[in-house]
Amino acid sequence: MAFFKLFARNRGALIGLIILGVVTFLAATAHLFFPDDPFSLAGTPMSGPGQNGYLLGSDSLGRDVAAGIAHGAKTSLLIGLLATLVAVCVGIVMGALAGYHGGIIDNLLMRLTEMFQTIPSFIFAILLVAIMKPSIESIVIAIAVVSWPAVARLVRGEFLSLRNREFVQACHTLGMSDTRIILGEILPNCLSPVIVIGSLMVASAILIESGLAFLGLGDPNIMSWGFQIGAGRTLLRSAWWICTFPGIAILLTVLAINLVGEGINDALNPRLRERS
Amino acid sequence: MTQLLDIKGLDIALPANSQRPLAVSGMDLQLSTNEIVCVVGESGSGKSLTARAIMGLLPAPHVRVASGEILFNGEDLVKVSDDRLRALRGSEISMIFQEPMTALNPVMTIGVQIDEVFRFHQKMPSKERRARALQLLHDVQLPDPEQALKAYPHELSGGQRQRAMIAMALALDPKILIADEPTTALDVTTQAQVLKLIKEMQETHGTGVLFITHDFGVVADIADRVCVMQNGLVVETGTRDQVLRHPEHPYTKALIGAVPDLMPRPARPRSDETVLKVNALEKTYRSGGGLFGGKGREVHAADDVTFDLARGETLGIVGESGSGKSTVARCIVRLNDAEAGEILLDGVDLRPLGRAAMRPHRSKIQMVFQDPFASLNPRTRVGKIIAQGPIMYGATQQDAKARTLELLDIVGLDARAYDRYPHEFSGGQRQRIGIARALALEPDILVADEPVSALDVSIQAQILTLLDDIRERMNLSMVFITHDLRVAAQVCDRLAVMQRGKVIEVGPTAQVFADPQAEYTRQLLAAVPGKDWFSKPDAPKVVAAAG
Amino acid sequence: MSLTARRARYVVKRLLQSIPIVIAIVVLNFFLLQLAEGDAVDVLAGEAGSATPEYMAELRAKFGLDQPLSIQLAVYLKNVMFLDLGYSFRHEMPVSELIADRVLPTVLLMVSTITIAVGFGVFLGLVAAMGLNTWRDTAISIFALITYATPLFWVGLMLIVVFSLNLGWFPTSGMENFAMFYEGWDRVWDIAHHLVLPTITLSLFYLALYTRLMRASMLEQAGQDYVTTARAKGVTENRIMFVHVLRNALLPVVTMAGVQVGALIGGSVIVESVFAWPGLGMLAFEALFSRDLNLLLGIFLLSALLVVAVNLVVDIVYSTLDPRIEVN
Repeated sequence: MAFFKLFARNRGALIGLIILGVVTFLAATAHLFFPDDPFSLAGTPMSGPGQNGYLLGSDSLGRDVAAGIAHGAKTSLLIGLLATLVAVCVGIVMGALAGYHGGIIDNLLMRLTEMFQTIPSFIFAILLVAIMKPSIESIVIAIAVVSWPAVARLVRGEFLSLRNREFVQACHTLGMSDTRIILGEILPNCLSPVIVIGSLMVASAILIESGLAFLGLGDPNIMSWGFQIGAGRTLLRSAWWICTFPGIAILLTVLAINLVGEGINDALNPRLRERS
Repeated sequence: MTQLLDIKGLDIALPANSQRPLAVSGMDLQLSTNEIVCVVGESGSGKSLTARAIMGLLPAPHVRVASGEILFNGEDLVKVSDDRLRALRGSEISMIFQEPMTALNPVMTIGVQIDEVFRFHQKMPSKERRARALQLLHDVQLPDPEQALKAYPHELSGGQRQRAMIAMALALDPKILIADEPTTALDVTTQAQVLKLIKEMQETHGTGVLFITHDFGVVADIADRVCVMQNGLVVETGTRDQVLRHPEHPYTKALIGAVPDLMPRPARPRSDETVLKVNALEKTYRSGGGLFGGKGREVHAADDVTFDLARGETLGIVGESGSGKSTVARCIVRLNDAEAGEILLDGVDLRPLGRAAMRPHRSKIQMVFQDPFASLNPRTRVGKIIAQGPIMYGATQQDAKARTLELLDIVGLDARAYDRYPHEFSGGQRQRIGIARALALEPDILVADEPVSALDVSIQAQILTLLDDIRERMNLSMVFITHDLRVAAQVCDRLAVMQRGKVIEVGPTAQVFADPQAEYTRQLLAAVPGKDWFSKPDAPKVVAAAG
Repeated sequence: MSLTARRARYVVKRLLQSIPIVIAIVVLNFFLLQLAEGDAVDVLAGEAGSATPEYMAELRAKFGLDQPLSIQLAVYLKNVMFLDLGYSFRHEMPVSELIADRVLPTVLLMVSTITIAVGFGVFLGLVAAMGLNTWRDTAISIFALITYATPLFWVGLMLIVVFSLNLGWFPTSGMENFAMFYEGWDRVWDIAHHLVLPTITLSLFYLALYTRLMRASMLEQAGQDYVTTARAKGVTENRIMFVHVLRNALLPVVTMAGVQVGALIGGSVIVESVFAWPGLGMLAFEALFSRDLNLLLGIFLLSALLVVAVNLVVDIVYSTLDPRIEVN
């Protein structure tokens, strides 16, 4: 595996991969280690870290912070991946159509993405979730809606340059259909930057989700890191741990994903790596 | 003549994991005042790195001088301090580059960039600096020096940019000018002018010029002495006459032999059967403009283009960049849509056909592209690249595979190529794959758009021979687009000369060469570098070893 | 055409180009309003406690809500043109007045943030690129990597814990200390004191962004051919770095500064709500809590227009930095 060899040359990326592995493990085993509902009022409120059997303390209602973090990991990863998946799919379709056909279609689609990029994305996400009522679906949709333009622009750029490459023109002279050229010839050649931007988008999706949850726009039935911090902020003075640990969880997860994304980028574009 | 530069036993080391440890090994070279020494070699010969080593501009720390001396007036440039080297650069030793667009800073005016040379080497009031910059631009024959001083690089043409570069390099009347392929990116008529300018400037100032090139035509035109490099080694040095007339090293012989003859090949009888007739073709490009932008610029890329192609003949379309020759080729194969005119193939006008209606005609007319690296999908195996055409038109997998293997054989590739990816092949081999793909649909007409201009000269000869063989063997007719009159002389039966979208002259190659009718054709022919040297009707064709 | 005339033409062109975007944003806003459950009448009726269906129908007719969508849209467009963004029933004030009250603090926060983020970002990126692979480069890169991954609200809270609660250096919230009735320079100083933590919080993320961008941009430009030319001319390394390379490397940073303004406004919602900074973001947070959609949409519209305006300014600045822009 040449790819993995190149990837492993980047120490940061390996560290990221390990952290990400731990977070994924935590998310997958949350219901084993913390079988109770993380919203359940398990016991002594306001216990500090290590006190009363709470590894990371408990909040004002006696909810276990550690349990919240484990269950929150599931939420963060799930929303991050789903939102990115939707955004990447939409972005690829839009970008491919605009870049391949050019002309009016391109003009219209680019005006559309331009508009989306002008709109302050976080406020737009807040609005969408507020209008649709907070739930996993509405959060995923809102994040995807504000994220797809970046993918669309990237894919469009790749298509614009690739569609004039001679190998694509050779397919035209053979009389190949547009669908086959788009799917079979051009798309495979622009997947690597899409993979890179996609991996970085998972990180930003997690950040947006935590921001939404912090403002009280999370799914009320699901534990999330942003919600924990939002709920603990009024107790900053007396119980610093409620806000601190979930924040560290977000930081580490986002950092890990960014590191992995950069590692993928370096491995896919080895020439860029030598320069820097 | 006094000796300026004496390179002794120069070794340039490459990074550890490179193809070879030394880019240049054991190089010896001398340069004196008032002479032009050409360093010639194909890509990868180490000629450019030699030039950079003299300037102390090797991409450190990866590439460095491992051993040897570069003596400039007795001072070893390998050992001098950075400050001393900086003081020499631009004042005693100057350099010009291949691509004047990227070699100039895009956000600074020409005036400021020339001014820097003065500012960093001499104390001079700004008024005098300006006056001298103006004089320089005047000396390099820029049309409007005042304007050029204020212009940004993108506002000048390619030739003008290179003139500005030359002005900048000669600002302080250096003893040595190093020119790294300075005319390679230019059109042939511009190239001739810039070469003339370099020669004139060199003669008036008595400069020693080290001229890096891959083109023996250029060597013939300007060199006093020649140094031939291959894979980092100097294989031959001597005066121009010695090296060009009596080359000793087999590599030099092969390189010179591969330079296409400017003597048109003997005319062949022309068939009465016309396979393709292009009639009054029109194509205009519009740029800029748009919703609010007002009127954009219009370029007439094809303006009343008319010619016909007989069965079995090769028609060359020649012209400089922007002449519209490639546009015409692309209109014929329907990659571009022409606005008016006719493209008659077997009596059917292809021009107005929609995609579906065009499809049955596609197989009859196929294209070979210029860039061997961009013309093959890097993610598709060679076998599939060639076979997908026949499969699309209904061939079974087995038939298509058999046909592909046969084609690989015809274009001179091993059958094992079938399962490999394009990046495993060299430029020349890829071009063979591209030809095989074009042949897979058994076309009547092959449109070749600059098929050899991205290749080293020794490989060019092989591909040209291959194309000629195939045309003969399969009774193909060919439209051959090229900017290179030497290449055109080798393969074309007839020529159409294009300038600014118009066909200004059509005729049998020999006739166009011997008695050009249009003024522009005469200019083009006169501009061919080394035209007096490589017209050797009886010289044996040397085909170099496979690359 | 002279340079000034060409530049003026470019400005007018960009101005005209932003009109369709503004219209599109207003239309989007209108449809978002439609998407929301219930209309102004439902809200009013809710406020009043109970209302008969007849009365509600009457109210709808009065507000024009029974008209076809296209007419409602036309009315909405007309209203927006005259800066009428509707009525906030919660605050019992026109939305535009509410917003006007809160614009200044947000602009203050944004300007200080952009200045710090771009200024330090460019500086740090420059330092990192010039000391490539030294400890300085590594330290700056790690710093950028970490701040790039930190949620804003958490940084804000942690800064409060450390600098307000534990050290007591800065106030925890608000924009000024009303109880002290400061005037003149005292008041400016007071506001500046309150501004420190929110600005640091909001800058950190963008600081990381500009640092990374500047570093990458410097490295890319340092590898260009014109740098070799400058060296071949015997120009000093300082001049090459700070004049040749820097000017080219700044271009993408300027572009990015414009693109990021939208994100910055989004970030200000979070930062203002953490620090109770009385700007648009805080207003949005309050509107969110009281489910005052009219107000939220008004803020959204205004912030989008703000981005359009800033982008326009950035493009004009860009056109003075990059001579090539005039050709296109």
